[in-house]
Parts: sequence; C-alpha cells; structure tokens
Amino acid sequence: MSDAPDDAPEAASATDGPREEPLAAALAALAGVPTSFSRGDEVLFPPRDRYLAVATALKAAGFTMCSDLCGVDYLLHLDRPLPGGVEPQRFEVVVNLLDVERARRVRLRVQVPEDDPVVPTLFRCYPGSENMEREAYDLLGIRFSDHPDLTRILMPQDWEGHPLRKDYGVGRVPVQFKEAPGPR
Amino acid sequence: MSDEQESGAPAGTVASQWAEFDASGQPRAAGGRGPRRTARAGEGPVADELLEPGEETFEQETSEGDQELDSADVTDPVELLIERGAVLRLPEDSAVDPTLDPELDASSFGAGETMIINLGPQHPSTHGVLRVMLELEGETVLRSKPVVGYLHTGMEKTAEELTYVQGATNVTRMDYLSPLNNELCWSLAVEKLLGVEVPPRATWARMLLSELNRISSHVMWAATNGMDLASTTMMIFGFREREMVLSFFEKTTGLRMNHNFIRPGGIAADLPDGWEDDVSVIVDTISQRLDEYDELLTGQPIFRERTEGVGVIGPELAVAMSATGPILRASGVPWDLRRSMPYLAYGEVDFDVIVGSVGDTFDRYAVRLNEVRESIRIVRQVLERMPAGDYRVQDKKITPPPRARIDESMEALIHHFKLFTRGFEPPVGEVYSAIESPRGELGCYLVSDGTNKPYRMHWRGPSFVNLQSVPALLHGSLLADTIAILSSVDPVLGEVDR
Repeated sequence: MSDAPDDAPEAASATDGPREEPLAAALAALAGVPTSFSRGDEVLFPPRDRYLAVATALKAAGFTMCSDLCGVDYLLHLDRPLPGGVEPQRFEVVVNLLDVERARRVRLRVQVPEDDPVVPTLFRCYPGSENMEREAYDLLGIRFSDHPDLTRILMPQDWEGHPLRKDYGVGRVPVQFKEAPGPR
Repeated sequence: MSDEQESGAPAGTVASQWAEFDASGQPRAAGGRGPRRTARAGEGPVADELLEPGEETFEQETSEGDQELDSADVTDPVELLIERGAVLRLPEDSAVDPTLDPELDASSFGAGETMIINLGPQHPSTHGVLRVMLELEGETVLRSKPVVGYLHTGMEKTAEELTYVQGATNVTRMDYLSPLNNELCWSLAVEKLLGVEVPPRATWARMLLSELNRISSHVMWAATNGMDLASTTMMIFGFREREMVLSFFEKTTGLRMNHNFIRPGGIAADLPDGWEDDVSVIVDTISQRLDEYDELLTGQPIFRERTEGVGVIGPELAVAMSATGPILRASGVPWDLRRSMPYLAYGEVDFDVIVGSVGDTFDRYAVRLNEVRESIRIVRQVLERMPAGDYRVQDKKITPPPRARIDESMEALIHHFKLFTRGFEPPVGEVYSAIESPRGELGCYLVSDGTNKPYRMHWRGPSFVNLQSVPALLHGSLLADTIAILSSVDPVLGEVDR
C-alpha cells in the first residue's frame, strides 16, 4: 500500500512492540513538526504551510484513510498551552488519520488564524475528506482552498453565520403565546 | 380544499375547475388538471381545441409569465456545464477516469439526453429525509449527489450547553437505531478524558448491550432492505426480531430507544434479575430465524439478481472515501475496530470479522447477516463469562449514590445534588475515541477546558461519512438499482444531520 523508503523499519517495529514509537522520528518529511501525546494518542502540530505536505507524507507512510476532520473555535482559550514552536490561533483544524494496515492513528492539529481562515484542502490526497471539510466550512467558516465543492452541507444554503463559532449565540425559540391565559 | 382555492383565486377560474372536479368526483378528462402547455415565444398560441369553451388557463392568472423549466436543449450549454459540473460532481477517482465519467464537453449537453431528478427527500426508500440528485441518461445514473441537512438540529452546539452527565441523552438520539452504541462512544470518550476505568461487570454489560443493539440494528436493516426490494415478508420478519431485542432493552433500561443507560462511569443500573434467560431466548430464537432469512432471501434467484454485481466498490476506493463498517468490509478490507483496536473486552472474546470479496450490494447484505451471527457468538460468551461485582465506578463525583443512601446520608444527598446540577469537571485536554457501531467507525472528539461542559464535541457519524460513497456506488447503475444500493449503505439520517 505504501512505497515510502522509510517505511520498512517502522513496519518492523510495529510488529514487535507497542505503537508508542514517535512517527516524527521515522519520517523525514515530518522533521521539525512539533508533536505531543494526548492521552495515549500521538498528535502532530504542522504549521499551515506544511499541513498538506505532512498529510501527503503520512499517506505515503501508510495512513491511507482520513477517518475524521473537524474544526474547533478556541475563541475563549486563545492562550492555551501548546507544544513549543506552535503559536495558538483562534481556529484549529483537527484531522484524524488512520492506518488500516497496521491499526495506527495519528492526529493533526493545524492552527488557523482568525483573519485568514483558509487551509488547503485534503481532497486531492484523501477524497473522503470532502464532506467533512464542507461541514467544517459550514459550521465554523474555515475555508478550504481548492476544495471542489465548498458549499454548506448541513445548514440551508442561504444561512448567515457559522453556528459552531463561539461568538454565535445558541438562540432561543420564541414562545408565541406567552401572555395568553393558561387552561386553568 | 375547494374552499381554500375559492378564497384564494381572484376571479373564479381556478376555483370553478376545482368545484367541477369535486362535484363529479371524477378527474376531468382531457388534461383538466395541472398546468397546461403554454405558448413558448415564437411558437404561436396553444391550440384552442385543447381548451373547453369559456375555460381559461392557469398561466393567465400569474404575473410572472411562462413558468415552465426550459429543457436542456435550449439552455445555454455553458450554464448547463457549470451547473452540472458544480452540483453533480463525482469523487476524484471516478471523475478522472474517462471510462467512468461522461465527457465534460459542453457540446454533449445540447441533445437533451440527460435529465436530473430528485430522489427524495420524502421517498420511503431513502430511510429518512435524504435527497439524492440523480443525473440520468435514459435509465442509467450518470452522476449523483446526496443532499443532507434536513434533520439538522445543531446537536454539536447543544452538547456545548450540556454537562458531561447530560451529554449521553443528547448523543443517544443521533443514530436512533443504535442508541446504546452512541452512549457507549460518549462514555468511553468522557472516561478517557477523566482517566477512570470502569469495573469489569460494567464493561461486559456494555458489551452485551452493544452487541444486542448491533443485532437489532442489523435485523432492522434487513427488514427495510427487504422492503426496498419488495419483500414485505422480510420486513415483518425483521421487525419481529427487533421487537424481541427492544423488549429486553425496555425491561433493562426502561425505554425502547434513547436509553441513556450507558453513562460515564459505568451503566445506570444493574442488569435485571433473570436477564440471562431473556438473552438466551433472544439469541436462540434469532439464530434460528436467521436461517429463515437465508431461506427467504439469500438463495432466492430474484433477490440475487437484484443485488449481485450491483453497486460495486473496491477496497482502494472504499478506503479513499473513508468508508467504514459493512461497506468497507464487503469490499474485502478486514477492518473492524473491535478486532483492530479493541475496546471494552473485545480482545478477550472469540469472534470473526466478516469480509466480502466483490463489494457489491449482495456482499453488504451477507456481511451484515453474518455479523448478526458473530454478535450472537459474542453474546453467548458474555452470558457465560459475565463477571460479578459492581456495575459502575464508586467515585461519587462521577456516578450518583444509590437512591436509598440519599435518605440516610447528608453527604450522599450533596453528591447526588452536585452530580445532577453541576456534574463533574474533567481535566483540560482533548480526546478522540472511536468504536465500531453497526454502521462503521463512530467517533467522538471532545475538547475539555476544565469546566463541567465540553468546550467542543464533534461526532464522527459513520452514516455521514459513508454517504460520500453513494455517488461512486450509483455511477453507471440503473435507476431501479438505486434503491437497492441506497438501502445497502444503511444511512441513518438522524446521525447524518445531527
């Protein structure tokens, strides 16, 4: 499934040991990408301009499925702690990649600034990310450049605003007959 | 109805038609109902003999003029190209292959050979409110696009307003055919965030409920799939078996659906007395009835004719489209989270991962039917090996005290009150937890900011992601097969739209 040159040593280690070995050590394309462990899951923090290259390298290394993609609005936690070298931004795109052959997961967290909420699409690399990117665009307003069909998917086409943003109110259903006398 | 028409129509022309229609009780002959053919510019007036004397056409009542949709041969080809190219777009793998995709040449759109129809959103075979736009050439489906969102109620936003304790009631409503799996996914994510480990009895009881839910979901699917393929007997069979499982759920949890029974920290109550007997009866009966299904459908020539070789998806495309569950396994990829990334105690029980070889509609049917058998195997092992002990963690910050303790102990009362008003506060962090639901990988991504409510909850619904494969499955198939293919994807629209 993969023909990356640095694939073989990792495959060997995956069979005889637990899947704790950091990916960054094995993949040259990931050099310099900050990593962390979050409750047993490996998390990578690629900068926005290297996001696509990192995802492509991971696909070549066997992570053939993009199992999940979503956005997070960190408006209320702009000063959250992140690994060294990562500057926190308002939005994050969180991608879960899956290696079906070796049963591994890796998570990417990409910082997306508020004034330019654009990241490259994963569509060319992972066609299955299409609907998830549309959802992230629809609900959080993160745009994916070169996406083939970046339209709203869950909300109506003419909806204004992006509901999962933290500055978007929850809303209330107006009570129509509040002043009307009750049955008793 | 005629009253409304009369009050609404200005000069009695439309209303008089309806009055005549209602009085005679028969539809009017010679095109009396519906909009009439109108004069297109340059064609001259409508032939007068089609109209009865004194009757006027609908079009004269409108101020907008001709309301007819122009056919494809008079529409601007460029406009048509943009519209079709943008709306009905196949996944890349199919779109770049010239043998699969029709020429995107503007001149090929002039002939009026293709048409776009909507299947749904009110079509019974779409299993909810799914709308599929289909581009047809004759009876062949060229391109298609599932249009979703009709059931969207913002449940992810709602989850940010609910505590972790209340969250299970929210997520259980998403995939309404496997509510216990939703609760399980939520509970595992919250427990991963908290770092607690539930007692063995809770783990095995969760496994029991999850597998029973898988059985009920799959037989329900078999029922609706049978109905889509015109086997109403299968529909009755499937609902009959599902009813047995739901009765057990009602006895255990108090509700047939939306149980809120699997909660962070364990399960809400212990299994009822005599549950072993109930479950034995269920699995014994259903394993016999599965043979009836085989007799009714599996070997039946008409059923096989309608499903074999229909809606084929290969392993590479299925993985590329992020398809999981029976769709992926039917294409030959042995990917089942219960085996590949075991959660609960799936590593300790014996079961097989069912895979197909062709990836067609029949394989997806066979995979699901045999998964029911494997679930029965797991349930039988759970029956034998159910450990004794507590059914939830004894951490009063996470699970409530027993009801009787509240009357005796002030501390228990405080714990109870605090848990159900404020809940607990997991440490700061983010977590992704996934289980194998009947439809595929069900994932929950939680971000905690240290308060009692999740900062962000994202639900990776397998139905939502699997729907992406529909255009690839439908491409080149016949319109009549569309129903069989859609049914074999098994989308639950409550989970798609959330």
